[in-house]
Amino acid sequence: MTPLLNITSLRKSFGGVAATDGVNLGVEQGELHAIIGPNGAGKTTLISQLCGALRPDSGAITFKGADITNRPAYVRARLGITRSFQITSLVMDMSVLDNVALAVQARTGHSFRFLKPARSIQPLRDEARNMLARVGLAERADDPTVALSHGEHRQMEIAIALATGAELMLLDEPMAGLGPEESTTMIAFLKALKGDRTILLIEHDMDAVFALADRISVLVYGRIIATGTPDEIRNNDDVRHAYLGEE
Amino acid sequence: MFSSKRTRWVTIIVMLALAILPPVFLWTGHAFYLDLATRLVILAIAAVSLNLVLGYGGLVSFGHAAYIGIGAYAVGIPVYHETYGGFDVAASYGGAFHILLAVGISALFALITGAISLRTKGVYFIMITMAFAQMVYYLFLSLDEYGGDDGLVIEVRSELPLVNLDNPLQLYLIAYVSLVIALLIVRTIVHSRFGMVLQGAKGNNERLVTLGFNTYLYRLTAYVISGAMCGFAGALLGNFTTFISPEMMGWSRSGELMFMVILGGAGTTLGPVLGSVVFILAEEVLSSITIFWHLPFGLMLMGVVLFARGGLMGLIKGKGGK
Repeated sequence: MTPLLNITSLRKSFGGVAATDGVNLGVEQGELHAIIGPNGAGKTTLISQLCGALRPDSGAITFKGADITNRPAYVRARLGITRSFQITSLVMDMSVLDNVALAVQARTGHSFRFLKPARSIQPLRDEARNMLARVGLAERADDPTVALSHGEHRQMEIAIALATGAELMLLDEPMAGLGPEESTTMIAFLKALKGDRTILLIEHDMDAVFALADRISVLVYGRIIATGTPDEIRNNDDVRHAYLGEE
Repeated sequence: MFSSKRTRWVTIIVMLALAILPPVFLWTGHAFYLDLATRLVILAIAAVSLNLVLGYGGLVSFGHAAYIGIGAYAVGIPVYHETYGGFDVAASYGGAFHILLAVGISALFALITGAISLRTKGVYFIMITMAFAQMVYYLFLSLDEYGGDDGLVIEVRSELPLVNLDNPLQLYLIAYVSLVIALLIVRTIVHSRFGMVLQGAKGNNERLVTLGFNTYLYRLTAYVISGAMCGFAGALLGNFTTFISPEMMGWSRSGELMFMVILGGAGTTLGPVLGSVVFILAEEVLSSITIFWHLPFGLMLMGVVLFARGGLMGLIKGKGGK
């Protein structure tokens, strides 16, 4: 079976620094694949290239068998790739529900529709409310986004990723800045989501990664030094030396 | 985001006042105030069109005066040729033809310049829209056939069925109805799915692109709609002043339009109208008191920008508003 997402010899340099230095990686349909690595290993750079925010210098990315290396971000989103942001990225001056409804709207075709008031289109609103309910934010749906806590913003990011209906979710540190309790909720939630969607997860929280991942890839200085099941990674000498051992 | 009761009342009062007061001025023998109101309402249409991109799209266009100029010359040039001959294809007194030309060329100009300008962001967008507008300004300045910087007198106003634009009251009512329609158009667009994308991209473009929206195309569409509406306002202004010159599309006019929008409240339905009312009235009152009226006027505008975030509509909404 060919992987849902396939990355071959991907390279991206900023000045003299190779942030992505020949990455090869396959993400299988339905798996939760985690990428770990020390700060500055190039994790976010990698995600940015996958979702189209950055263009690689060389290499290829295929999604569902089609080459998407040079497709713009909005095309990739339509093909079924979505991302959440490490630093919360929401439309702050809209309501929580509006934010999620926009994601539903994106999935339901183009929005060159000028007449009907968007806020009165029930299917959009209902589905957005459902997504918010799934992440436990039903109560906050009508609040201004800016009024929510950091933890709730992280949940919103997930609700939006869900609402796009994307097959592949690129989650960039969904646990960043969460308290222990919120982290536990988020882990439980991702666990429930597993299998339903293919997830490429970047995360610093090792407990979360080893609890959730089907496979883990270790990224160090732009290179993947190992890929395997959590057990294999835990027992890999290179990984221990390069990363886990130093913690 | 949601129009409060107070905003609704202010909207009703302002729009009623604009409908009732100017005719009353005329009937009580103060024709000058009808003139003032006509200019005000026409500029308000331009401000409403600018608000679509500036207020809801976050695109600070510093070149909307160009559309006023294009619209005005779309009346002036056909009338000139109909009167003095030459260039037969474009010679006409017909109002429908003038409006079609004003709206069509404005839309085309917005499409071409927007396609280029929207590839830039922030200050660069401001500068490039202004540069395009100045190009149009210098183009008309160099057209000696149409008077160059001396301007062009529109000998005959656009001929429309049922109404006579030579009648000041009818001209005013046409302008007023146009303003109401412009407000309804912008309001409908803003609340539509298209409008949600436009506003979302203003708040966080990267997020919208990640959702799968080609925000560039949405912005370009809004820009074209805005330009076309502003061109229409220009055609009305040409019919009102009956004298047009490149002066009316200088960069300071673009600045004035921007100020009307920001003064009244960018991204609110009534904001640009309220801004135009206050702007024109303040200009009128202050300039009748002192020839140094620009100083208090400037201070007043600075005061609003500094202390009333969200403009006058922000003040009206109060703290509970946005």
